[in-house]
Amino acid sequence: MNWAPLRRAFLALSLSLSLATPLRAQEAVARFVGAGLGAGPGSVRELLVRSTTDLAILAPALEAFVALNPALALTYEQWGSNALYDVSLAGCQGQGASADVVFSSGVHQMVDLVNRACASPYASPVTEALAPARRWRDELWGITHEPAVIIYNTALVPAAEAPRTRFGLLDLMRRPNSPYRGKIATYDIESSGLGYLFSFMDSLEATTFGGLLEGFARTEAVATCCSNEIIEGVAEGRYLIAYNVLGSYVAAVHGPNIGVIQPEDYTFFLSRAFMIPKGAAQKDGAAALLEFLLSPGGQAILAQSSLVQRLDGDVSSLSESAQRPIAIDPKLLIAMDQHRRQRFVAQWRATFGTSLRTGP
Amino acid sequence: MSVAEARAERSLLSRVMIGVLSLLAVGGCVVTLAAFAYGRNAAQQAYDRLLVGAARDIAESIDIIDASPVADIPVSAFGLLALAVEDRISYAVRDAEGVLLTGYSEARPPAHGAQPGREPLYFDAPMQGEAARYVTILRRFSERDYSGRVSITVGQTLRARNAMALEITRGALLVTGLGGLALILGAFLVIRSAMRPLERLADQLLARDPYDLTPMAEDGPAEVAVTVRALNRFMARLDRQVGSMKHLISDTAHQLRTPVAAIRAQAELALEDDTDQLPQRLERLLRRTRSLGNLLDQMLSRALVIHRTDNAPPETVDLRDIALLVIEQRDHEVLAPGAEVELVIGETPVQVLGDEVSLCEAVKNMLGNALRHGKSPVRLGVSATGAMAEIWVEDAGEGPPADLLARIGGRFERSAASRGNSAGLGLSIVRAVAEAFGGQLNMGRGEAGFRVTLALPEQGTSMSTGDTA
Repeated sequence: MNWAPLRRAFLALSLSLSLATPLRAQEAVARFVGAGLGAGPGSVRELLVRSTTDLAILAPALEAFVALNPALALTYEQWGSNALYDVSLAGCQGQGASADVVFSSGVHQMVDLVNRACASPYASPVTEALAPARRWRDELWGITHEPAVIIYNTALVPAAEAPRTRFGLLDLMRRPNSPYRGKIATYDIESSGLGYLFSFMDSLEATTFGGLLEGFARTEAVATCCSNEIIEGVAEGRYLIAYNVLGSYVAAVHGPNIGVIQPEDYTFFLSRAFMIPKGAAQKDGAAALLEFLLSPGGQAILAQSSLVQRLDGDVSSLSESAQRPIAIDPKLLIAMDQHRRQRFVAQWRATFGTSLRTGP
Repeated sequence: MSVAEARAERSLLSRVMIGVLSLLAVGGCVVTLAAFAYGRNAAQQAYDRLLVGAARDIAESIDIIDASPVADIPVSAFGLLALAVEDRISYAVRDAEGVLLTGYSEARPPAHGAQPGREPLYFDAPMQGEAARYVTILRRFSERDYSGRVSITVGQTLRARNAMALEITRGALLVTGLGGLALILGAFLVIRSAMRPLERLADQLLARDPYDLTPMAEDGPAEVAVTVRALNRFMARLDRQVGSMKHLISDTAHQLRTPVAAIRAQAELALEDDTDQLPQRLERLLRRTRSLGNLLDQMLSRALVIHRTDNAPPETVDLRDIALLVIEQRDHEVLAPGAEVELVIGETPVQVLGDEVSLCEAVKNMLGNALRHGKSPVRLGVSATGAMAEIWVEDAGEGPPADLLARIGGRFERSAASRGNSAGLGLSIVRAVAEAFGGQLNMGRGEAGFRVTLALPEQGTSMSTGDTA
């Protein structure tokens, strides 16, 4: 697909990477305006998108969208998943302004928002063509398809040692005097909604989870908040191996010495959930964005950004049964249950104990 | 064949079809309502079981940890609820004081009304503005550090229930609708085939020559056969009457030709003959004319009898009344002045089914014959012999000769007229009346003389068998 005309189109991309006010916990804000600026400001509709996705990764898709919809000016706010859930719930309950689109990798949090009747329904042939596991109630749609992978530093980890499965990782961590002590990173489940979701799903999926926790504790693994921090750490050699990292972020960093493994015992595939809040002012604009992201053109751009990773035979030998898409359905509400969360976090803490180091 | 007739035929079929369709429509409405009620009930029960199953799963998962109930909600609980794919879920676990332990604060039984007990409490309440169904169950704990009950409330919106109810209704309606269509088609075919004999009858009638009075085939179903039979009876009567009329006219022509020719001959002779012959000729002419008058009376009387026997419905008549009527009318005094007529009747009624006028005519003719041709004394009597009631006229004479007796009473007795009398014609009237009412005409010589009897089946309760003669 030739995107040159879009590139040539005037694109206003103002990045304010400086952290915003503490009250508004967004990590970055950007504004996308199409070529239709000639039209008066009155005819331009403002679309507010709040998402957990890294701005840099999603930007090409958003640029293409505003180029196609010149009447829409899109303001993009990047949030942490927990903060995004809190602000969206508050907006739903009438406290604070509602975004027009909420697009989060914290799928369980999005399911909870829909379950609390915070979403506005929308249906079209495109959304109805989605697999049942990627939509719920015509109020929540899975846009992306991203694996949760193990990454390792190819320079420092011998290819033979790179764990192809969780069992391999367990074996590495159980070695006496393991060189991986303090060199294994994963998400801090308390600060990252996505990390919590992955770990929680791991705990439901297989008995290896207990062993993993124990291994993390034994090797004094690092629990840190953010994808970028983990990936950069692996690229720089601060960490040798990172567990449960979103594959799309890894591809975006393009580090030369990062090896990516889709665990062969099972690999989760996450579909970021897109929701139009019921308080959205620009529901039409939000629906247009949804339609665009699900359209073949939109999906192609997302694929270039590695947000949609189809398995192309040679890239992976992952068997059908090892692919575990995280279905967008009410079962994810379990992850939101207060008692279960408390128990899970308590177990996490108890296992890591004080040995758990949080990242810088 | 007119348009109106064609429309009438169509309207019978369409009327029945409209009736059938209305019945089916009413039935369809009833079935629809029943199917919807049934569907709703079935969906309610099915999904209520999911709800209570999920609630029990959650209840099972509760442990007392550090003097507080803690739920470890199993995935299966939400898996059950997720069977209703499109429905939102709400749940809450509360301790004995009603403090929310985990779940959504919105999910709670209504403050007023039934409270959960040993049995699950189902209730309807909105879930963030959407109608929803909830169940609350209790679990009781008697631990060292926690004693009391924990309530578990699970709720779900109604999309799946409504969809299931609708689907059941739709399925039932589809089947009923197809059945209804089949019924309509079947009813149409059955009704049309049932009406075919009627159509065939109508076609036959339409195709029939209006002058054709021959009977129609009495086949087809009973109702049609009855109609055809009635039609045939009607046509037979018409035929008979037309026949009688034809006979009457031809008889009259025949009967009148000879007397009129005789009168003309007498008149011509009177003109041509000598004047001294004139009184004699006039005398003959007068006799001939009187005889012709008698003949005409009898013809009229016969026409009357034929008309009445076919048209007047028979009724119960006492033969004694007939005899009295005939005597009272004193017609015989004109025929035979000075002649005595003796009346012989009993005390008990002698009832028959017949027509008074016709019977009177018959008896008058019998009496007239006796007065004209028989010998005095003439007796008129009524008697009952077993099943037959009789009215008879008897004179003291020998009666007519045997050869004449054999021929007498036929319809067409030309000789009677040619001889200038009308006894034959009179008896033919009597015979016609007898046959019209199921009786017979008997003639014979007895000890007292020649007796002409009109015997009719006796009617009514009179058990009189005694002959009062």
